[in-house]
Amino acid sequence: MKKIILRSLLFCCPFLLLFGCGADDKLLPVYGNKDMVDGKPVYHTISDFAFINQDSQLVTNKTFKDKIYIVDVFFTHCPTICPTVKKQMLRIYEKYKEDDRVVLISQTVDPKRDTVGRLKYYADKLEVKTEKWHFVTGDKEQLYDMADEYFLVAKEDASVDGGFDHSGTLILVDQNRLVRANANGLEPEEVDRLMEDIDRLLADNSIKQ
Amino acid sequence: MTLIFSFIFFTFYGVLLFFTSCDYQPYKQGRNLYNFYCATCHIDDGTGLKGLYPPLAQSDYLANHQDQLACIIRYGLKDTIIVNGKTYDQAMIPVTALNEVQITNVINYINHSWGNTLPHVKVVEIKEALKDCGKTK
Repeated sequence: MKKIILRSLLFCCPFLLLFGCGADDKLLPVYGNKDMVDGKPVYHTISDFAFINQDSQLVTNKTFKDKIYIVDVFFTHCPTICPTVKKQMLRIYEKYKEDDRVVLISQTVDPKRDTVGRLKYYADKLEVKTEKWHFVTGDKEQLYDMADEYFLVAKEDASVDGGFDHSGTLILVDQNRLVRANANGLEPEEVDRLMEDIDRLLADNSIKQ
Repeated sequence: MTLIFSFIFFTFYGVLLFFTSCDYQPYKQGRNLYNFYCATCHIDDGTGLKGLYPPLAQSDYLANHQDQLACIIRYGLKDTIIVNGKTYDQAMIPVTALNEVQITNVINYINHSWGNTLPHVKVVEIKEALKDCGKTK
């Protein structure tokens, strides 16, 4: 009997060690190339942008001042991955519904068809509030450039279903315009982890309540 | 005697285990086809997407339009429909790649997934139903 207890204890030890470590207080990494200017690190920082959302409002970096945001690219006529990704975005929307520090933004890759009216229809059907989730359109070049900055794929490709090739990745941007985390929007487990990352970032006291 | 008894016992146990194991799925082709052609909008758990794409799980429309399912899959749907009290007005694109057997398998998978307990359909019925597409609507 003693032997069994001893053995099971020995067996459990590595697992206890594994879960015992406080991985939670580890800071999130900053994505992208880091330059050194005058001995100080300069990180990949999201540039200025200006888009129009589903309520015809201007959406710029100022919209996300003192907030963190999740960004993805999509188009409303998307016959492939978009609905699944949107389902995962909805999970994030629901979880942070009452927390003004978290905002979502979905950039279209198809500004020709995704007019403000079309985006409004889409957002209304998803039953989401504009101030919490912006669906934006704008200058095609700028939309694609911004996707690049978020490390997202966005390009026109007649050979794929729907005519656009784009990633289903969700990107987390912090209050200092730095990219801090990503998740495959097709994998619920990865989105679980992304929400843990959001919590960790929110625990950082530099974001005002 | 004990040997025979234990043999019977383990065979029974094995069969029971086979049927109750998580991987047991009687509608394999249906599931694969569903996940490839349908899940992009109706989502792999059949819940759809809010007001954009209607659910197939526990859907009253699905239960009440069993005779039209084959035609809807093959030719799509342009009508505005009401599913579980919610209005859906986006057209469904036709899934032209599926033959009669595959359509049957998809319907059987949908009819018996996510808590759905709808009828089992046969290929002959689907072949008949596909002849009448457009006549009922």
